[in-house]
Amino acid sequence: MARTLAMFTDTSLCIGCRACQVACKQWNELPAEQPEWTGTYQNHAHFTDKTYRLVRFVEKPQADGGLQWHLMSDVCKHCAQAGCLDACPTGAIYRTEYGTVNINQDTCNGCRYCVSSCPFGVVAFNHDTGRANKCTFCNDRIHNGLGPACAKACPTESIQFGFREELVAKAQKRVAKLKEMGLKDASLYGADPNDFLGGLNAFFLLLDKPATYNLPDKPKLPQRNVFADSLLSVGSALLVGVGALLAFRERGQDKGGDGDV
Amino acid sequence: MTTNLIDIQNSDVIMATSNMAENHPVGFQWVMKAKERGAKFIHVDPRFTRTSAVADLHVPIRSGTNIAFFGGLISYAIRNNLYFRDYVVTHTNASFLIDPAFKTPTDLGGVFTGLEQTGKGGPDPHVAQTYNRSSWKYQLDGEGNAKRDPTLKDPNSVFQLLRRHYSRYTPEMVERVCGIPKEKFIEAAKLFCGTSGPDKTGSVTYALNLTQHTNGVQNIRALCMLQLLLGNVGRPGGGVVALRGHANVQGATDLAVLYQDLPGYLPMPLRDAHPDLKTYLEKETPKTSFWVNRPKFFISLLKAWYGDAATKENDFGYDWLPKRATADGYSHQHIFADMYKGKIKGFFAVGQNPAVGGPNAKLARAALAKLDWLVVKDIFLTETSEFWKAPASPPHREAADTKNTKTEVFFLPAAPAAEKDGSLTNTMRLIQWHEKAVNPPGDVTSDAEFVTSLAKRLQKLYAGSKKSRDKGFLSASFEYGDDPKEPNMELVLKEVNGYATEEIKDKDGKVVYKKDQPLNTFVHMTDDGKTAGGCWIYTGVLVEGADGKLVNKANQRKPADDKDYLAHGWGFAWPANRRILYNRAASDVNGKPYSEKKKLIWWDPNADGATPEKKGKWVGLDVPDFNAFLAPDAKGGDNAYIMRTDGKGAFFGPLADGPFPEHYEPIESPVKNLLSKQQNNPVAKIWQVADGKNELAAVGSPDYPYVITTYRLTEHHLSGVMSRYLPMLAELFESHFAEISHELAGELGINNGETVTVMTPRGKIHAKAMVTNRLKPFIINGKKTHQIGVPWHWGYNGIAKGDVTNDLSATVGDPTVYIQETKAFLCNVKKGVV
Repeated sequence: MARTLAMFTDTSLCIGCRACQVACKQWNELPAEQPEWTGTYQNHAHFTDKTYRLVRFVEKPQADGGLQWHLMSDVCKHCAQAGCLDACPTGAIYRTEYGTVNINQDTCNGCRYCVSSCPFGVVAFNHDTGRANKCTFCNDRIHNGLGPACAKACPTESIQFGFREELVAKAQKRVAKLKEMGLKDASLYGADPNDFLGGLNAFFLLLDKPATYNLPDKPKLPQRNVFADSLLSVGSALLVGVGALLAFRERGQDKGGDGDV
Repeated sequence: MTTNLIDIQNSDVIMATSNMAENHPVGFQWVMKAKERGAKFIHVDPRFTRTSAVADLHVPIRSGTNIAFFGGLISYAIRNNLYFRDYVVTHTNASFLIDPAFKTPTDLGGVFTGLEQTGKGGPDPHVAQTYNRSSWKYQLDGEGNAKRDPTLKDPNSVFQLLRRHYSRYTPEMVERVCGIPKEKFIEAAKLFCGTSGPDKTGSVTYALNLTQHTNGVQNIRALCMLQLLLGNVGRPGGGVVALRGHANVQGATDLAVLYQDLPGYLPMPLRDAHPDLKTYLEKETPKTSFWVNRPKFFISLLKAWYGDAATKENDFGYDWLPKRATADGYSHQHIFADMYKGKIKGFFAVGQNPAVGGPNAKLARAALAKLDWLVVKDIFLTETSEFWKAPASPPHREAADTKNTKTEVFFLPAAPAAEKDGSLTNTMRLIQWHEKAVNPPGDVTSDAEFVTSLAKRLQKLYAGSKKSRDKGFLSASFEYGDDPKEPNMELVLKEVNGYATEEIKDKDGKVVYKKDQPLNTFVHMTDDGKTAGGCWIYTGVLVEGADGKLVNKANQRKPADDKDYLAHGWGFAWPANRRILYNRAASDVNGKPYSEKKKLIWWDPNADGATPEKKGKWVGLDVPDFNAFLAPDAKGGDNAYIMRTDGKGAFFGPLADGPFPEHYEPIESPVKNLLSKQQNNPVAKIWQVADGKNELAAVGSPDYPYVITTYRLTEHHLSGVMSRYLPMLAELFESHFAEISHELAGELGINNGETVTVMTPRGKIHAKAMVTNRLKPFIINGKKTHQIGVPWHWGYNGIAKGDVTNDLSATVGDPTVYIQETKAFLCNVKKGVV
């Protein structure tokens, strides 16, 4: 396997210009959609089957009367333990030699298990083609020596592309620097493989709690609940069974009592 | 722009007065670089924008009060002794003495000496008053040189006048006028004035936020003066960062799309003041400064246009050159006011969309309906090309009367940049070449093809003309290369660059230039017709290589490296590939860098000089913006501002509305001027337009109680022709919206996403309310004052459609350049469709 590639999105450098969002659409030939009114600069409200990069705009008034406006370019995380990949029954979702996660459109059967298995709400279903879609990490570009279109278009190097271990080292330095500059809440999200999901191949530098950016604090795969849920199901089934037996027993007793009516 | 975007990374503090992250996101990477290096970033803006989101300090300011803010900073720097005294004495006119008859608004109740009523019978019915500027001048000694006081103590010195003029601009006054809390202002002042001195520099960015006001030029002057005071011009990490509105505004200005200039900032001759070449050159050529060379540039320009027909005997065709009948009269606003009057019969709109993009767009559309013919050349069917389609929305906005509209409209599809060769000159004077990627489809043509083919057809039409006025046009050559249709743009660039019209030899008889060889530098231009050049400042962009082939330096692509952080190998920056202007000012009077950390250009006494027996040369990290061999102790050796007749950066700089910027309220304002009894710029131009097409709201009008500012968004471009028609961009901001504070929305009962009506005396629009924390009411003189913000990209064509914001704005103008006041005026807001 080749060295793992990654994208590092540093929100402390993001200016919300949405060049990434447009570059993504342009390179991947994704059509525009009728936008909904989100009440902010953000369009769209969520990832869709035609929007793989999405810049989030989060206003956060401060206690001192000031304001923070968090700008963050969100994307598929290409998780090391990918819920979508685990859930896919046809093997259409696969991991590339660079560690990225892709959906093979030819073998996708449109079952949508992946949609509900993604802890980040990234995978979306295309009702026209009947298949699931998400960021491809510009699979065609990275196999031809180029970085993803979003990283290429970013004017402030908020989105960086490279080998994962090098990017993580760089990101850790950046966090230390930001803390030195007084940004105490700066932290990395998904850089550490031991943290959650085996680490994200698209990881982030955040300036606030993950929830502020619509990210789960400690994401978990829905599949991880299968074992406990199965036990619960077995338990429930047993309870129902016992209940039924008891019911039959009572009916038998009643029968005796009502026989003369 | 005095500097270079790359150099912003060297700033210790950057103050953006414009919304740079949104409107210049690519250049903004250097602000982020500076921040990574530990620089502080201040953003001064009425709104909290994407620029504020990454700023260390956001300073909210009521629109239209920039001079009060800059004046406050100037005053703060002087009072707290934070100015860079050595720089101020050496490189500015602070020590010059002014005529004692001159008085500032501090002494004259808000106006300068010399204000005169022009009255109803005056030369311009749209201007009520004008300045007699006879006292706005230096005191001269017996030899005609300006008197100076290097101690800066003389009460008539520019410095003392400056101090006195801005003594009223206290932090308390800034708070009352601008609505900036005093503590916040002092925080910003401390931070930015801290960039004064040898070891520190700061840069200030501006864009249309400062220009689109009835005191637009003075806004910029105020900012320049602050930078001079702190010693922040011509030094690394310093500068006045003028950010242009689109990709080639700088190029358009350089190549004279403005009415008052010929290419290279040569004044456009006036019919009465400049009857012949001799008079023109005498009147327009100063005795000192680099402009003493103006005749060489002017005659080379005439040679470039009229070729062999331009001879010494016929004044190089000076008589054929069109002249201005009046000094103004040709600005955008003049044109549409005159068009509405029926004075203009035909109009070309090439890459411009005045039906949406200009001030008072309703007036513009009504004016277009009065034309006989209109030619629109653009990449999509713009609103201008279909001006009669503006939808009616009673009771205020009538569609053009199509039955009586007689205008014949021609639409010519235009090729965008990727479909043609050519150059763009960006905000930092950088000329960059682009090559055609694909051929334009169908009938689509480049602008160059259109202009040359039109010219050639007209030449055919006028071929037999015996009239002397037609001779110049008929002599001009529009042939560029072998392709009869598409001009070879490198040959156009060669004409712009300049070339020898005949063989030129030096005094020893050695050939310096062969006939037709491009000139290497404008220093080689002559006033005898031996050189031609279409825009002298561009000379050097195209040269002949050792192999005799043309080298297009605009096409160079060598990025910056450790040895050349200013990237002199990337494109070509005019003039002479200088990246930072006035860079002589990076060194002191003796030519020594002010500090090792901030060195740029310095005098090396041991370097080889102009001749073998003479030593000494200006050297450094940039091309010196100075005579490279003029020693610092020679006469004029400390005159870093080489384009100015006095050689100094100007604190005292007479313009139509005064030699110092003074705060006046916008023409439409919610409050009386708190600084003086003079409400508006006394010499601003307010057009009187018939049929109520330019009505104005009174000061503090209860019908129009809110301040409105208009602006652009990253995702859309100007009037939207290059973005609203593209699905991927249209979807990002599909609906027209108005940004409204929670406080105002609360008062009016408006929820986020509801439709509101925004109205002014000129018109009304409907938009969605974007209720946000990013706008806050201002406390002006103790009273809560609301401001709203409305982007102006939408129109009735394209994919993303919406009402025309410019239907709200007025036809009023700055007295120097007649730019409109679309950044600060008054409106009312009502819930729903009214």
